[in-house]
Amino acid sequence: MPNDDALSISIRTTMDHSAPLPGAQVALRPGAGLQNKMSATDLNAFFGKTHALTNVSLEVPANRVLAIIGPSGCGKSTFLRCLNRMHEVAGGTLTGSVTLDGEEVLTYDPVVLRRRVGMVFQKANPFPTMSIFDNVAAGLRLNGVHDRHRLRETVERCLRQAALWDEVKDSLDKSGISISGGQQQRLCIARTLAVDPEVVLMDEPASALDPISTAKIEELIYSLKANYTIVIVTHNMQQAARVSDFTAFFYLGELIEVGETKKMFTTPEKKQTEDYITGRFG
Amino acid sequence: MNANLTPYDFWRKFKSTSMSVLAALCVLVAVIPLVMIFSYTLVQGIGSLNLNFFINMPKPVGEAGGGMANALVGTGILLAIGALFGLPVGILAGIYLAEYGQNRFAGVVRFMADVLSGVPSIVVGVVAYILVVLPMKHFSALAGGVALAILMIPTVTRTTEEMIRLVPHSYREAGLALGLPQWKTTVRIILPAALKGITTGVLLAIARAAGETAPLLFTALGNRFWSTAIGQPIASLTVFIYDYAKAPFEDWNRQAWAAGFVLIALIFVLSLIFRFVTRSRYAER
Repeated sequence: MPNDDALSISIRTTMDHSAPLPGAQVALRPGAGLQNKMSATDLNAFFGKTHALTNVSLEVPANRVLAIIGPSGCGKSTFLRCLNRMHEVAGGTLTGSVTLDGEEVLTYDPVVLRRRVGMVFQKANPFPTMSIFDNVAAGLRLNGVHDRHRLRETVERCLRQAALWDEVKDSLDKSGISISGGQQQRLCIARTLAVDPEVVLMDEPASALDPISTAKIEELIYSLKANYTIVIVTHNMQQAARVSDFTAFFYLGELIEVGETKKMFTTPEKKQTEDYITGRFG
Repeated sequence: MNANLTPYDFWRKFKSTSMSVLAALCVLVAVIPLVMIFSYTLVQGIGSLNLNFFINMPKPVGEAGGGMANALVGTGILLAIGALFGLPVGILAGIYLAEYGQNRFAGVVRFMADVLSGVPSIVVGVVAYILVVLPMKHFSALAGGVALAILMIPTVTRTTEEMIRLVPHSYREAGLALGLPQWKTTVRIILPAALKGITTGVLLAIARAAGETAPLLFTALGNRFWSTAIGQPIASLTVFIYDYAKAPFEDWNRQAWAAGFVLIALIFVLSLIFRFVTRSRYAER
């Protein structure tokens, strides 16, 4: 991966927007014409008495990047977590329907679901007691894969996919927390990819990183969508504009608008969306 | 001093320096007793500290020399039995409280552990006496070990819980998001991260148990002879010290001091070993 990220991103961004996607006109069904990987219908989420999401219906098109934007506390992260039932870890419950390949996620064993729908968190969280290699291998190894050859192969492939291989290939035995913050976050992405998920959820994956690391992560997201379906929550609207094909705007637990990213950032249909994107509130 | 300091700056600097000095003094005060105990027992017992003291058996009254080999081994066996029963229960209870302990039952367990850690050790001895000595109809190493185990449990439980809680929630989430079952996340990710703290708790518990005399008096009883049978009364350093310190023989008193020194040194060495074994493979952050 090149180091002059700013440049490569600006080029890529133009390419991104010059390639029109099918079915981009329909506002609330961004993936019309595209295959939907996941889909939420009348989704409501609760944490205790807090009603975090209200009647959200949103489809996640396969092999595309869906960005979720909105002010703090608008339910972005909650929506993301409902997709692989990580909301339950924080004690949340949901009503309505969330499906993966047409099947209700609530009927899945959460363990199986989370292997298919992986997650990258806001703060890089490599396992502190494991080496770089072991961090990437953790998902496979702890699920019973001990074939050394296969582990080595997977670790290299995932570190390459995460654009980290060249930087750490000589120090795979070093601690997962000995590398820089940006590298740690890419390590976490590699770790997520190692269990071969179909969907990758990213909860503000670059919000704690410097611009160069951020650029690397964004580049990475762009390259991953060939093989994965990606949903990314971000506070950074430029980031949403750069990496995503579709953008959904959440406000106060409700989905306000969703559409093709280019359209959302140029001619949004709702006033609230426009106000938020132009920085008039939030 | 910088000449530009206003009186207020000077006052602030003065306060800061005073507090640092005060804190340093407090550290000194806290360390002094440890050094004093260590050196005093050494000085008092040095006359009896030699190889024979470690490898010989106690001699009958009046005969010079003799050692505490049986007490040394006895303490080891008692601690091993205590650890065998106490540590698994304590650690598993701690894991339960930290990982699943949001309910009423866990609250009760937590409260009980706190109460148990405040129960006088001689009362624990009575309990072990009733539980083990009475059914067996004689004193035994087993009874002593059970008493020590009961003393270890609350310390181990509470420190294990606290240490697991200290592991950032993000590691737990990372494990779960990788599709690991909760128990595997706990065992393979959370426990290793908390290992150092848990070890400290285990060590505290063992050190406390190693120094207990009262609960051993009427459980393990003590033994003037060599015995490693867990069904029989067994000698221990603390009971050895208790017997020898109150004896009217100067030689015995000196040996009690020496045994005291050995006990302190033993715990010291044990901590070093534990720290070495569980040291992180990687430097601390």
